[in-house]
Amino acid sequence: MAPEILLATFYVLILAAFLGYQVISRVPSLLHTPLMSATNAISGISLVGSLVTAGAHQTTVSAILGLCAVICSTTNVVSGFILTDRMLKMFKRREGQPSKKEK
Amino acid sequence: MDPRTLFTELSYIVASVLFVLGLRGLSHPESARRGMHLAEVGMLLAIIGTLVNREIISYEWILAGLLIGSAIGVPMGLMVPMTAMPQRTALSHAFGALAASLVGVSEYYLHGAGLGPIKMPALSFEVLLGSLTTTGSLIACAKLQGVLPGAPLTYKGQNIFNLSLLGITILCFILLLVFPGRAELFYLMLFLSFVFGVLLVLPIGAADMPVVIALLNSYAGLASAATGMVIGNNVLIIAGMLDGGSGFILSIVMCRAMNRSITNVLFGAFGSVSETVTASNGEMHATNIEDVAILLAYARQAVFVPGYGMATAQAQHVLRQLADALEERGVTVKYAIHPVAGRMPGHMNVLLAEANVPYSQLQELEVINPEFPSTDVAVVIGANDVVNPDARDNPKSIIAGMPILEVDRAKTVVVLKRGQGKGFSGLVNPLFFKPNCEMLYGDAKESLTNLVQAVHAA
Repeated sequence: MAPEILLATFYVLILAAFLGYQVISRVPSLLHTPLMSATNAISGISLVGSLVTAGAHQTTVSAILGLCAVICSTTNVVSGFILTDRMLKMFKRREGQPSKKEK
Repeated sequence: MDPRTLFTELSYIVASVLFVLGLRGLSHPESARRGMHLAEVGMLLAIIGTLVNREIISYEWILAGLLIGSAIGVPMGLMVPMTAMPQRTALSHAFGALAASLVGVSEYYLHGAGLGPIKMPALSFEVLLGSLTTTGSLIACAKLQGVLPGAPLTYKGQNIFNLSLLGITILCFILLLVFPGRAELFYLMLFLSFVFGVLLVLPIGAADMPVVIALLNSYAGLASAATGMVIGNNVLIIAGMLDGGSGFILSIVMCRAMNRSITNVLFGAFGSVSETVTASNGEMHATNIEDVAILLAYARQAVFVPGYGMATAQAQHVLRQLADALEERGVTVKYAIHPVAGRMPGHMNVLLAEANVPYSQLQELEVINPEFPSTDVAVVIGANDVVNPDARDNPKSIIAGMPILEVDRAKTVVVLKRGQGKGFSGLVNPLFFKPNCEMLYGDAKESLTNLVQAVHAA
């Protein structure tokens, strides 16, 4: 890896950390559990790395490791997004008299 | 640049932007769902962008992996009950970290010393962090699920042993940088990281799990970001840092809510400290359903303080019914949520939202504390340490300085409790002996169900 590329990579790393801090410190504690499940799903993006490892099929061992990684990441992405949505759906503002709506 | 690579890179840029927008949506419950849909689109784009990659020559394995992963993920997403969210979160940290670790091992297996002096540290970091997070999260999950005892598992010389093990692991890490071709060092580091993950979490009690889960979340994210550096993938770096940053912020929030440092949580083995008994003279006043029902029915403002005990008793739905009954009578009802109530950050909010409690009634510590003096009845349901006035009044207490919900300032406090036993931390709670505190013994769900009827009758 050339030094320029390394430098560029570091730029991305530092900016992403900074951006993450800014965005996430604005999430209210009310939504911390969905936040965790959402970032979990998003970090399942490591799926793209696993996909290449599994699909490049350079050796059987690397392909098997890749396959396991694809399974793990896919599970996280799928269950993470479904759960986050399930949770967020439950957060409601008060609408009219709640006891009537129940029945 | 050939068009395929261009397409891949473009899809990654768009995905990164959508992820950030998605997380920004979480700053308010109204915009949160829309934000998450954006993030989902981003994920889909990134996957499609990757599948056109020239390095990929066969799609069978990929398809198999995607199908198996979805077959596990869909039922998991649809069926996990909200009370089990902490376990499932720990489990997903384990999956995420394992994926990072596996990609790292595979890269090392393929390229070995050929990785060069820049990628090698990132790869070692990824494998080290990924592996210890995998086993650590599995232990956390087992503790939360009750497969392993929730109490801290400690033995003499534990910290010294753990730290030496970590030392050896780091030594392997450094040696690998000097001799990247020595595969045995790499696999030794891999093995030791797995072991260290287990040893790290075993001595931590279930009540400290909010911090541990947040910390492991952070590690899993950082491992993903390191993977991105190894395979030169920017979207992975960005998403990994977002995840890592989020976990880091949450760990700090949780530690602050307990007035403890991260090192103290990791190496302190909470609960093993012998504590000087204070203010436990006096008697607890037991009360009964009818008296509490009258108190509540004629109150102007009632504040409910839920804790993990409410979750284990599955009492959130009955609690909501009680709140409804009270509101019909004109009582103002609020819920006081301590940041570390429950087993993960924000756990109580999700449980109450599931029981249809509008989020405007869920009040944070800073907001609700000034209201307790004008509150007629504060009802504590399965919470203990977060309402322990010793944290505020007794500088010698081991929880001294921890921000608490000041329920003792309410006119009357009713504590719903299983029996006369101590709380999770084993601390005596002087609240129970205060003259304005009344104990309602029994299963929380049963007591609340009876209260609903009694309030209707009152």
